[in-house]
Amino acid sequence: MDLISNLTLGFATAGTPENLLFCLIGVILGTLIGVLPGIGATATIAMLLPITFQLEPVSSLIMLAGIYYGAQYGGSTTAILINMPGESSSAVTAIDGYQMARKGKAGTALAVAALGSFFAGTVATLLVAIFAPPLTIIALKFGAAEYFSLMLLGLVSAIALAHGSILKALAMVVLGLLLGMVGTDIYTGTPRFTFGITAYADGLNFVALAVGVFGIAEILKNLEGDQDRSVLTTKLGSLWPSRLDLRRMVAPMLRGTALGSALGILPGGGAILASFASYTVEKRLSKTPEEFGHGAIEGVAGPESANNAGAQTSFIPLLTLGIPANPVMALMVGAMIIQGVVPGPNVAAEQPALFWGIIASMWIGNLMLIVLNLPLIGLWVKLLKVPYHILFPVIMAFCSIGVYSVNVNVYDLYAVAGFGLMGYVLMKLRCEPAPLLLGFVLGPMLEENLRRAMILGRGDPTTFLTRPISATLLVMTLIVLVVVLLPQVRKKRAEVFSESD
Amino acid sequence: MNTINKTDAVAGILFILIGLAFGAQSLGMELGTSLRMGPGYFPLVLAGILILLGGCILASSFKSIDEEMTAHAWRGMMFILPAPIFFGLTVRGLGFVPSIFFTTLIAALASLKMKPLAALLLSVGVTIFCTLVFSYALGLPFRRFGPWLSFLGM
Repeated sequence: MDLISNLTLGFATAGTPENLLFCLIGVILGTLIGVLPGIGATATIAMLLPITFQLEPVSSLIMLAGIYYGAQYGGSTTAILINMPGESSSAVTAIDGYQMARKGKAGTALAVAALGSFFAGTVATLLVAIFAPPLTIIALKFGAAEYFSLMLLGLVSAIALAHGSILKALAMVVLGLLLGMVGTDIYTGTPRFTFGITAYADGLNFVALAVGVFGIAEILKNLEGDQDRSVLTTKLGSLWPSRLDLRRMVAPMLRGTALGSALGILPGGGAILASFASYTVEKRLSKTPEEFGHGAIEGVAGPESANNAGAQTSFIPLLTLGIPANPVMALMVGAMIIQGVVPGPNVAAEQPALFWGIIASMWIGNLMLIVLNLPLIGLWVKLLKVPYHILFPVIMAFCSIGVYSVNVNVYDLYAVAGFGLMGYVLMKLRCEPAPLLLGFVLGPMLEENLRRAMILGRGDPTTFLTRPISATLLVMTLIVLVVVLLPQVRKKRAEVFSESD
Repeated sequence: MNTINKTDAVAGILFILIGLAFGAQSLGMELGTSLRMGPGYFPLVLAGILILLGGCILASSFKSIDEEMTAHAWRGMMFILPAPIFFGLTVRGLGFVPSIFFTTLIAALASLKMKPLAALLLSVGVTIFCTLVFSYALGLPFRRFGPWLSFLGM
């Protein structure tokens, strides 16, 4: 069978001692940084990204995948222990997880989160392995018009990711697209918006933008109060869930996995949508809905599974179409391009070892998380107690070295400071950075495909509507836009988000 | 009743200004036709959309309630942002080791809680760690001590 031989190739690639080691380092580093309060998966990956550049493409992407899972798990840990979710997707975990921790069941909550994630990760990895190859065949039929429409759908869906105002999220997407225009025009070679600085002719450095807008802006925000945070002082409690706990978590875990796998494929923040959807479903199905918000184990197991399944299946649009579904995947695209791998339907055919290696490493990364992190939880808790004023100078040093090492270009360091300031100002104005990053990555691709489609369609804009796939995607974009703007949905969204705050 | 949401108002104005800046620059470039778009075409469209969205945000700020803004991290901005700039200015001249030491030290000053001695110790520790990891272990091509220090005989 194709699937088995492919998976064998994948595990052979990811299973070499060297790659296992990089995956392990990735998981540890990812958890280490991700567990720092207020720093979510995106910021963690942005900071650690440069470390992977020195490696072979396969090892580098495997290590990145490890960092990703580690960071996600680290985010859940802070959400449960100190009610500080680093990313909106673990915000849901914080609702009931923190309440469980306050009742002395922190250990159980952490174990349930890890077990749920592992189960969801296993199922979703298998789904990626089954569905990615046939989808690459469909993807090969995509022309410029289809790519443009699909990216438009992704960008519009991205606004579901943002916490606050939809208008602001849209504006951030457009601002990201504009920043993506900086650099030399691909068709005419005209430099655009470079202010005459030749170092910016290749475009703004993606790592600099990500580190500035996520990492540095976050540090500035944490320095506002300059006060100590309250770390959970009560005991962790027993790690292993009781038989009753296990029985209660099975059904939510299964439902969460199914929801997450389906929603994760959607471009634009499937994982976060999935964790909110799962929480709502569990609350509705529960016989004791009043327990939700006061430490219901279902409220941790469901969303954590959904979140992880969604995180996994969001690799599908990336590996088949080269289109990142969320900011983390956008970072992955950036890393792949720097490694000389062009993400898209050709990866599976041209570099099967890389393609299947990444898929296998997803599962290995998840396994390592559970083997490594359950015993190490005590250590992570200690790390939470390290005062922030010792941590952030270290982070700044790493960021500076990291950004510089990408291209050995000092202008990238000036850009980091600029983006840090910009990110902080925008954060103060309640504009979220995630849509901006997505816009920045998709901007050049969007423009290139628009221009190509218009040339191929002889300047007739109806080309987007007469091609069936493209038309379907545009209709879906319109539906998403209408749904998000509907008054009832807006109210519901506000409720869900305020519940998580 | 008619309070203005200052956060939204400032955000709206900021987006309009950014849109205008990009738009003005796009007009200076060849626009082309919709069949063969020039370098200025797509950015101009985007700038227009951004101005429009900024306008909507500004307009909506007049109808909503004002929100309290959190404190500004002035001290943070004063020391955090110059850190990478300092690293950029000196990494070639001073070399990696002294440059990363001062970068960490500058960043450490951003918090009032950091005592001078602790900051110094932390910076030394970070410098040793980074030199070992990035320069020796990962073999990044940085000069450890740059030409500005050549008079020291290094």
